Amino acid sequence: MDADALYAVLQDTLPGVRMERASSIDLQETFYVPAEDLPTLARALRDRPDLQFTFLAELTAVDFWPREPRFELVYLLVSVERQLRLRLKVRLDGKVARMATVSDIWPAANWLEREVWDLFGIVFDGHPDPRRLLMPEDWEGFPLRKDYPVQINQKVQSSSPMQMSEDEFRANVQKDRLSRG
Amino acid sequence: MGLESEIPVLTTSVEKMVQWARRSSIWPVTFGLACCAIEMMAMSCSRYDIARFGAEVFRGSPRQSDLMIVAGRLSRKMAPALRRVYDQMPEPKWVISMGACASIGGVFDNYALVQGVDQVVPVDVYVPGCPPRPESLIYGIVQLQRKIAQQKLS
Repeated sequence: MDADALYAVLQDTLPGVRMERASSIDLQETFYVPAEDLPTLARALRDRPDLQFTFLAELTAVDFWPREPRFELVYLLVSVERQLRLRLKVRLDGKVARMATVSDIWPAANWLEREVWDLFGIVFDGHPDPRRLLMPEDWEGFPLRKDYPVQINQKVQSSSPMQMSEDEFRANVQKDRLSRG
Repeated sequence: MGLESEIPVLTTSVEKMVQWARRSSIWPVTFGLACCAIEMMAMSCSRYDIARFGAEVFRGSPRQSDLMIVAGRLSRKMAPALRRVYDQMPEPKWVISMGACASIGGVFDNYALVQGVDQVVPVDVYVPGCPPRPESLIYGIVQLQRKIAQQKLS
């Protein structure tokens, strides 16, 4: 299935979704999709038997500061069964920078969305675990934004708090004792 | 040390004895962070053979070690872990900061990396280089041995 056929199929199944074909230098099928339409489209791409994009290979973002709309989210999809690849892009405004999660459609999106939130500060609505992934949890700012001061020098923290509370610790010890009989 | 005539006994002071024992048997903790660790491994293997200087016993547990070779760039998120490993080592203990990244941050002048591990742990010897060749690190260890040999007990 080539790009034209794929586009026709998607237009056919989802007439309400406004897709825009984009040229890509690597000849990979690429569509720009409005942010509000993406979850509907994603679910259709995964569930249609003639497409079966069951694999989210990558989810990342690009910052085009100071241009507006500032961010572009990039979804790379793979259909193992149909041997297809597809790239979806979503333009996001810098002032809003919110997006609906797709982690309920592809569980792989869970950590990828956390990474994008961590480094670009794009909020994913409905994410089950919206914590930072790479940076320390109390970090301020989003390092991969173009307007981030990269050579910022902050005080080094040489100790981190325990990852659990005292009650949790005691409960774990108790559980361990019980399991040993 | 003096050799007493007629009696087959070597005499010395406790201090010198302890200094000799400490510097002749340095046990480094395995703490490789980046490409410097490759040179550190090369140093410990047969070609450069740090066993000649008595420091070949790399331990996986900080509780059995007395030297930490910080080999590589230290990220801010790793800093608490490094400090915890250091705190778990028994006294007396020493630290070698190996390479440009560990010493001053190297080429990584950015938010993610600690600009010098001496902000986290006290460093005894800095080994320059990017990465330092195994000979450099051996020289650093020999410098550390000289330092240990001068440390007073009291």
